[in-house]
Amino acid sequence: MRRKPLLLTLIAAAIVALLALAGPASADLLSPESGGSPNADRIDSLYWVIFAIALVVFIGVESALLYSLIKFRARRNAVPAQIRGNTRLEVGWTVGAALILVALAVVTFAKLGGIRTPDNSGADGLKLANGVLVASSPTRRLPPNGKSLNVCVNGQQYIWRYTYQSDCSRNDFKAPFAYYEMVVPVETTVTLDITGQDVAHSWWIPKLGGKFDAIPGYVNHTWFKIPADQAGHVFHGQCAELCGRNHADMAAAVRALTPSQFEAWLAQQKRDIAAADAAAQQQRKEFEGTGKGSATGGGR
Amino acid sequence: MAATTETAPATVTAVPQIAARSVQPASRGWTSWLTTTDHKRIGIMYMVTTFVFFLMGGTEALMMRLQLGAPDNTLISPQTYNALFTIHGTTMVFLFVVPMMAGFGNYLVPLMIGARDMAFPKLNALSYWLLLAGGIVFYSSLFFSAPEAGWTMYTPLSSVSYSPNNGVDAWIFLVHLTGLSSLLGAVNFYATIANMRAPGMGWGRLPLFVWTILVYSILLILALPVVAGAVTLLLTDRHFGTHFYDPSQGGSPLLWQHLFWFFGHPEVYIMVLPGFGIISEVLPVFSRKPIFGYKAVAASTVVIAFLGMLVWAHHMFATPSPSVVFIFFMLGSFLIAVPTGVKIFNWIATLWRGTVEYTTALLFCVGFIATFVMGGITGIFLAVFPVDWQLTDTYFVVAHLHYVLMGGAVLGIFAGIYYWFPKITGRLLSEGMGRVSFGLMFVGFHVTFLVQHSAGLSGMPRRVYRYPDVGHLHLYNLVSTIGAFILALGILITVINVVRSVHGGPVAGPDPWRANTLEWFTSSPPPVNNFDVIPRVRSVEPMKDIRRQVARQTGRVASSPQASEESLVRT
Repeated sequence: MRRKPLLLTLIAAAIVALLALAGPASADLLSPESGGSPNADRIDSLYWVIFAIALVVFIGVESALLYSLIKFRARRNAVPAQIRGNTRLEVGWTVGAALILVALAVVTFAKLGGIRTPDNSGADGLKLANGVLVASSPTRRLPPNGKSLNVCVNGQQYIWRYTYQSDCSRNDFKAPFAYYEMVVPVETTVTLDITGQDVAHSWWIPKLGGKFDAIPGYVNHTWFKIPADQAGHVFHGQCAELCGRNHADMAAAVRALTPSQFEAWLAQQKRDIAAADAAAQQQRKEFEGTGKGSATGGGR
Repeated sequence: MAATTETAPATVTAVPQIAARSVQPASRGWTSWLTTTDHKRIGIMYMVTTFVFFLMGGTEALMMRLQLGAPDNTLISPQTYNALFTIHGTTMVFLFVVPMMAGFGNYLVPLMIGARDMAFPKLNALSYWLLLAGGIVFYSSLFFSAPEAGWTMYTPLSSVSYSPNNGVDAWIFLVHLTGLSSLLGAVNFYATIANMRAPGMGWGRLPLFVWTILVYSILLILALPVVAGAVTLLLTDRHFGTHFYDPSQGGSPLLWQHLFWFFGHPEVYIMVLPGFGIISEVLPVFSRKPIFGYKAVAASTVVIAFLGMLVWAHHMFATPSPSVVFIFFMLGSFLIAVPTGVKIFNWIATLWRGTVEYTTALLFCVGFIATFVMGGITGIFLAVFPVDWQLTDTYFVVAHLHYVLMGGAVLGIFAGIYYWFPKITGRLLSEGMGRVSFGLMFVGFHVTFLVQHSAGLSGMPRRVYRYPDVGHLHLYNLVSTIGAFILALGILITVINVVRSVHGGPVAGPDPWRANTLEWFTSSPPPVNNFDVIPRVRSVEPMKDIRRQVARQTGRVASSPQASEESLVRT
């Protein structure tokens, strides 16, 4: 049959195409992004364990399929064996498949703790002396020493807002905040309280770990800890849950600074916000003083 | 042979020769299609209608691929793009795969079990017309305002505050109408299969395709009322002042996700199980071997369906939910791999030591297995919830679901088209065009979707109308777009093949494939009453028994595989 060369050509073409892609592409070809945080790295290593097992299964099954197609193609005088089953064999591969999955489950459980439970901050991290920035809520996972820099993440159509505050359920109008770009210190465990303001969004910076949906009425939690050598680096991501027409443009960024730079940035941010508030107050006073608008006219 | 009295040369002399006698000529003219309650005509209407929807959904997919062919493309506006993926997803799920399987089931179940029609023929006609109504209601929204919230319609995005136009309402009515259609069809299938089997056809001799249609029906009966309730709550939220999904009034957006996926995950098996059934029918015929482990293949269908009801929240691993929930749904999803693996191993064992004939139908089956294995394996990655945190809602998931549904259900449907077309029309499709079509579809499919795994792994979320030119995203997407057009060309060739062969193909005769099941016992196309005589069924492969008996009584050799092989391959 002329099917054999065609099949082999197909396989060869697929391999060549894969290699051609593997040339320019690097890590992102076959595995998730990582390198910005230990949990992302641990997800990546768990992924590779699954990948190795999956590759063996894949090659095994596909080559058995290909072999039986080529070897048992219809030939003159070939007689098909009228086999109706083989209980031993069937029980064997059922148990075999189950055992592979047990192995996968064991590996997953072994790695789960390190992915979900935040690490302690490093020795060079932000000195979390300021009580305002220490997360202490019993409802979420904290590092073993209980100390983290907490940021409240709020997804809105189509921007992210970050408030530097330990208890996100409280409306602290004095708490420093930022939009689009979150600034954090390196070597410091940052815990996030994630929620949505209008529709559902999903927080995702690929190099800093997985996605966590920002759903109105719920608070989701994750964490990351950027290593010291990444100071000055900006990690990019974007909303991963359809949130409307401009979903594709709802980008997010995390800028890593050294702890001292971070403290300076936070202080500057507080000053800027205070100055802007004062300016707004001043403007409103002047506006009301001129009598041009009513008391409610200044709102919008 | 009242139904096929054509003058075209019969290329196949099949054994046995079956004559359907004393059959009134079928009424012709378009009004007869409106009033028919014949399961075969309804089946044909189902298949033609859903295939048209498939071509519409495919066109929408090509428009999206064009937009994504270049970074920061401005070809399509975000509003249109969101409408496109919403309509594409909805069309393929509600208007193509599920009703296409109902079409196959309608045509084949009575024939395969030796019945003269479905249990409730008028209800069956109603099922079809409700489906068509659902499709028309949904597509009419194009002329007003198309839905933009994705086929999953997550709240609060689909609430009236964030989707004020009526597209979402059109979608809700589509779910109700097609849901009612499927529900009536499911009850009909169940009643037919439970009560109208030929004498001697116990549950252990039921054809495997009929097994999957039975399980498909049970899943529909269990899952559809839930989504019907869910969309009714959405409708009252939108228009009658309730707040089931509104967090600001004490409602819960997660409630929608749970209700939707409680239907949505069984829906995946509703779509793919009949595809499994088609493979389980076609593979043994062209390997000239019985299916390996009939009981295991039938039982695994039931087990997959049972487990498939218990894994819905693996679509929700990124939501704020307790860990114990994630662990339960992760392990449940793992378990599904076992019966699925059993099926795949049994199919390969069916080929093993057979004499495999490379017909187009067999090629599509093999393409199905090769592709579905990959979809299953990427499913295991997604089931591990910490890994899913990186993969969910990216192009990795888009690739996975297309490997399962396009590679699984659609290749299965094409295998079914090539296999049963001679029975339905009495004509054979061109095998040459069929092979070209398969080759293009298989290559096009993998070029389109393999690389999408990498796009997702490098951080491209799904449902984005544009992406920045960072990393290799442009390369990945360009490759994918090129593949999509190769795939489309392959589908187009099958369409041309069907249109050419429906009147001009060689006459097939009642049993061109020397197949195993009862639909090949009657003429092609079958007469209105299907069978004059319903044979007694003595095994899983009644046609083998019948051929053997005919050979014994007439002295004609029909059981030797070599003799038939030559008669099988046409000019």
